[in-house]
Amino acid sequence: MTDVGLARISACPACDAAPLAERLADPAAHAAQADGTLILSLPTAHCATCISDVERALIGLPGVRSARVNLTLRRVTVDAPGLGADDLIPVLGRIGYEAHELDPEALSATAADRQGRDLLMRIGVAGFAMMNIMILSVAVWSGAEAATRDLFHWISAAIALPTIAFAGQPFFSSAYAALKARRLGMDVPISLALILATAISLFETSASGEHAYFDAAVMLCFFLLVGRYLDHRTRAIARSAAAELTALEVPRATRLRDGAEEVVPVASLRPGDLIRIRPGNRVPADGEITEGRSEIDRALLTGETLPVAAAPGLMLSAGEVNLTGPLTLRVTAAGRDSSLARLTALVEAAEAARGRYTSLAERASRGYAPVVHLLALASFSGWLWATGDLRLAVNIAAAVLIITCPCALGLAVPAVATAASGRLFRRGLLIKDGTALERLAQVDTVVFDKTGTLTMEQPRLVSAEGLPVELRLVALALAEGSAHPLSRALAAALAGEAPAPLQDQQEHPGYGVSARWQGREVRLGRADWLGVRDDEAGRAGSATWLSVGEKAPIRLDFTDRLRPGAEDCVAALHADGKRVILLSGDRPAAVADLAARLGIAEYRAGVDPLGKAAAVEALAGEGAHVLMVGDGLNDTAALARAHASISPASALDAARVASDMVLTGQDLSPVADALVTARRATARIRENFAISILYNIVAVPVAMAGLATPLIAALAMSVSSITVTLNALRLRR
Amino acid sequence: MEILTILIPVSLGLGALGLVAFVWALRSRQFEDPKGDAERILSDEWDDHPRPD
Repeated sequence: MTDVGLARISACPACDAAPLAERLADPAAHAAQADGTLILSLPTAHCATCISDVERALIGLPGVRSARVNLTLRRVTVDAPGLGADDLIPVLGRIGYEAHELDPEALSATAADRQGRDLLMRIGVAGFAMMNIMILSVAVWSGAEAATRDLFHWISAAIALPTIAFAGQPFFSSAYAALKARRLGMDVPISLALILATAISLFETSASGEHAYFDAAVMLCFFLLVGRYLDHRTRAIARSAAAELTALEVPRATRLRDGAEEVVPVASLRPGDLIRIRPGNRVPADGEITEGRSEIDRALLTGETLPVAAAPGLMLSAGEVNLTGPLTLRVTAAGRDSSLARLTALVEAAEAARGRYTSLAERASRGYAPVVHLLALASFSGWLWATGDLRLAVNIAAAVLIITCPCALGLAVPAVATAASGRLFRRGLLIKDGTALERLAQVDTVVFDKTGTLTMEQPRLVSAEGLPVELRLVALALAEGSAHPLSRALAAALAGEAPAPLQDQQEHPGYGVSARWQGREVRLGRADWLGVRDDEAGRAGSATWLSVGEKAPIRLDFTDRLRPGAEDCVAALHADGKRVILLSGDRPAAVADLAARLGIAEYRAGVDPLGKAAAVEALAGEGAHVLMVGDGLNDTAALARAHASISPASALDAARVASDMVLTGQDLSPVADALVTARRATARIRENFAISILYNIVAVPVAMAGLATPLIAALAMSVSSITVTLNALRLRR
Repeated sequence: MEILTILIPVSLGLGALGLVAFVWALRSRQFEDPKGDAERILSDEWDDHPRPD
């Protein structure tokens, strides 16, 4: 049963995500969407009111035929022919629900879904058989004799044989695969126990014997199937989470060919292609600007919060965001050669290092399987040698196999993992990787990225008071005309007032906005455009300038806005005795300011992507177990290199793919909570192992001494399984 | 003990009925959204008549 434990979902999440993303990018796949079914993810929905609110709001829209919320998966399925996600998301936003579009293609009923239903069906059949055989067994235990006992045994056999054949299939096939690969997994002793117990019981029944183990065999099957189903569900949720994340972002580019625009998958871009990048879009490939002026946000690549002016001749890297004006780019490197792919290669190398982690379940099963076989063999040969009775020896060997069978062990890890990941999911944290919880429990050092992780994308206006009232209205009117992040922040800060009437308003991409107000020229934009000298590098925040006519421009200061829960999270981590470090690619002044606001003593500014990975590596070299929390491309290598990693949902897809866990909401506080839950979960797993081992220490000598009756086997098995499950469920509180 | 010839088929039949009910529930996708179903019962929106869809 090596695969029942918390095996990794995939040796390389990036390999899973890449084909999925490509399939999404394939325009043909989108034809299926024509039937009008949209799926939106709702990370914040959690209660009955949420269901009614969302469904009422959506059904109230003209064109929506039906809307149904699935609270377990936090999704809403909308049947609305002719409407797009862009029509629905603002509607949900207005009633206070965050929503993201998901691709129905990527999420449609998958093989995993069928497999889950298949397992449930087997559990149902095994449960039905177990109850009926148990009713008959109780009669046998309480003293049914002679013909009555034989009749009951025969009926039990008639129920048990088809049940074992049907419900035991997952174990038989995986045991066969293990044997073919010359390994002893946990499934080999399980299959051996099932087959041996059924065969010896059948023989005993035909010989009017006293003991038949049909009940124990079917019960074993039932409990192990429950364990396997729990494990499957945890992994299926994690897998669908990974699919959901890929579905959030589709790698497409707008290519210019003979003057016409066409939307193509990023993978089909070649060096020399001309691509158009609209304001607000991400640069899909490395290249040189041939046309247009704009400003470029490099925060996801470097952590630098100040936008960079872009003009023809400037080289751009994939992953940067175009802010204000449309740009035409000549691709210089795409696919394998782009800087993005080079970083991905770094990630893969780092992941290989982490893949060496062996989970507790794997370690347990590696030690367990040989011991079980040796014990059964020892009791068989011991009794055969002592009594010369082959039938008795086989009987006792079967009893030993049933008793030692890792019922509790098979449930110990999946039950805890299900309870823990369910709890974290409710708090807003998705676990993508099976061993993540165990690794998270060992963490003693937490490394944060600044931009986009501790701070939010949108800055906050600091000095609204410094602005005369009549100029506020002008600033508002100017800011409303631009999509630049600083303009939007300014508009948000001044919202609620009536903007001043302006004439001839126009945006100068890469510089700012200008207009005429009461006959004078007003301008809002970069310092150098307004003719003032400003040393932005020395200041904590960013700034924009407002000038009216020929008067001296006024500086408007912005500061990074903290992500909700960031302060609580850092405080909780400090209280927990963790070492907290801030690594940022941003300029020193901004990093120092934020570190002071959050009370982080250790920080480093101006760190490049390789520097971050190296810093994490150095910490690991000192023996620290590092949790990396980051969102940018510059964090990706560090995320993959760290012992455990978390990224927010707003992170770049490469970062989300590289990390073990993803925050579904905006709040950062689940991070501190996750460390506590992970520690408790690992403690529960160890407790559960201890319970199983204790139970074996008591029961195995009894079985080897030939004293284990079917009643004792049934009792011991159910008691230990239930104890282990209840212990795991304590985590849900 | 002749009563067993009636009782055993009856008990097996009842068990099988339960199994069929479970298989039906599984087939009609009633395990798709357990959490949502648990919450929906608390909403009084469709108390008077079923939701028309």
